[in-house]
Amino acid sequence: MMNASNSLDWLTSYNTWVVLGGVAVLGANAGMVGTFAVLRGRSLMGDALAHAALPGVCLGFWVAGGRAVGPMLLGALLTGCLGLLVLAFLKRWTRLPDDAGLGVVLSVFFGVGVVMSRLIQNNAAGGAKAGLESYILGKTAGILMSDLLVIAVVALISALLVGLMFKEFLMVAFDEGFARAVGLPTTTLDLAMTSLTALTVIVGLPAVGVVMMAALLIIPAASARLWSDRLEIVLLVAASLGAVASASGALTSAALNLPAGPTVVLSGAGLFLLSLLLAPRRGLLTTRWRAWCQTQALNITDPRFNRAMTRAFFERHPQMLNDLEDLNSLRLERLLSPEEFAALAERVRLDLVREETREARS
Amino acid sequence: MSSHPSSAEPPFTPSQVDSKRQLDSSTSQDQPPAFEIHDLTVAYQRRPVLWNVDLKLQPGRLVGIIGPNGAGKSTLIKAALGLIPKVNGWVEAFGRPVNQVRRRIGYVPQRESVDWDFPIRVCDVALMGTYPKLGWFARPGHAEKERAARCLERVGLAGLEHRQIGELSGGQQQRVFLARALAQEADLYIMDEPMAGVDAATEKTIFELLRDLRDQGKTVVVVHHDLRSVPEIFDDVVMLNLRVVAYGPTALVFNSTNLENTYRGRLTILERLGQAVSTKQRTE
Repeated sequence: MMNASNSLDWLTSYNTWVVLGGVAVLGANAGMVGTFAVLRGRSLMGDALAHAALPGVCLGFWVAGGRAVGPMLLGALLTGCLGLLVLAFLKRWTRLPDDAGLGVVLSVFFGVGVVMSRLIQNNAAGGAKAGLESYILGKTAGILMSDLLVIAVVALISALLVGLMFKEFLMVAFDEGFARAVGLPTTTLDLAMTSLTALTVIVGLPAVGVVMMAALLIIPAASARLWSDRLEIVLLVAASLGAVASASGALTSAALNLPAGPTVVLSGAGLFLLSLLLAPRRGLLTTRWRAWCQTQALNITDPRFNRAMTRAFFERHPQMLNDLEDLNSLRLERLLSPEEFAALAERVRLDLVREETREARS
Repeated sequence: MSSHPSSAEPPFTPSQVDSKRQLDSSTSQDQPPAFEIHDLTVAYQRRPVLWNVDLKLQPGRLVGIIGPNGAGKSTLIKAALGLIPKVNGWVEAFGRPVNQVRRRIGYVPQRESVDWDFPIRVCDVALMGTYPKLGWFARPGHAEKERAARCLERVGLAGLEHRQIGELSGGQQQRVFLARALAQEADLYIMDEPMAGVDAATEKTIFELLRDLRDQGKTVVVVHHDLRSVPEIFDDVVMLNLRVVAYGPTALVFNSTNLENTYRGRLTILERLGQAVSTKQRTE
């Protein structure tokens, strides 16, 4: 399956489509749920949850006596939630900062999980050895129709909840105090969103692994934020980016025989980089380009405009007068960020127009 | 500061407060108070920040809540609205428990309470004010969008509807919150420092808006920090420092004695400001 000669067979087989469908739906769901997690500043909670799930996976494996998906996911949910409870406990009863608490829970649970997986593998008979390691770094090739169904059900639940209660989730995410003041059950809504995050993380573990699962929540959401200032669009973009990153990552990992989790994360990182450069309003290249176009459109060579720009600039940054020796070589478009320059230019242009009309009238 | 003549005056006594309150209740009508707080106590990690607060705010008044930093002004309205837990006490609006009348209460939180980089546009925030009356699952339609647009226009933000909220100035951001509260079409408005950090022009706009609301018969409760503008803005004033030091019509209770009792013992800039005001009043 992994060598080049029959890669075409691989691409057209039923299993491939199950795998691709599974990871794409998983990625889309993670992108959507992750957007809320990122906006609420809780993206690392998903990381703690994923790592805390590993002991549960081992526990499920041990209880079932082999690689049985049901018990393993149940165990993952159990210790994952236990991890969150410990986190809540640390926050409530100690003065430990949040990030320190996260670090403690994440590493301790993960440590326990790795030790357990080794113990189980050392004691297991030859055939049962496989399977646990793949939960650490992920293995998309192992996705079966039953996994796809579980992933699809979780994705359907999240899509339904977010679709039906978009405005409620928006209120809680943007302004919890207001949401509570107008009578929304914010705790319940919060719990619903946390449960969705937990479910998403858990069903994604076999494919992406505990180490990289949180990245699937965070990276598409962070990239999508660059594409729009409207939550509904950010959600759609995050879901699409998540699906594309997961599917392309899974394909790469299968073709090059690499672990799935890191490959998915790397392809997500590629999309993030693209967003960073090319997003319509916030992309680094896009803003430069638009500022340049604006500079061309405004008649920069007009001496009155140049004088007015310089004046406006020093009104805003008087301290710069001392730093500059040669005023003639002043290049405002270099000193200011593109947005600042565009804003300043627009203001100055309006001032000039106003001045002109005033002159014309008098 | 110790040379100030006020330090020789007798300490504040509860009877003083009672007399003020009676003065006020004698002017009130028979309808139930717009907002009633009874025996409210709030504590942060066992340290009380509000102690046995009793208040009956009359409808149709513009009420200011003032007090030094840490006096519990924001805590008072947050606890009253159930946003933070209270140790003791109950709160009613229009004679009914707050939970039953939340749709009639408009809320303006402090500007710092939200993330201004959130992916949301000005018009979406204003539209949020129409959500409580819409109820679960329903989507805002044409009527709601029009209402939100009207409210934005009223606070002078027409033309900025499609901006991301972080692109606005501080005063404009404050006005977005006001527009959202207006869109709630409430009868009681509770605002947490709506004039904090805004420019003079915005302050004037907000002040006029508050007065308009009051003239429409609504009750407006505002946490306020600028003592100089209190007599000009508010009909009634609540002077708070852990407890209610004084409450009543501004003309009656906003005097040097009560200011000193409110701001005494707190070595803050606000205290000095309060004393400056009282000195000014004395010399006038």
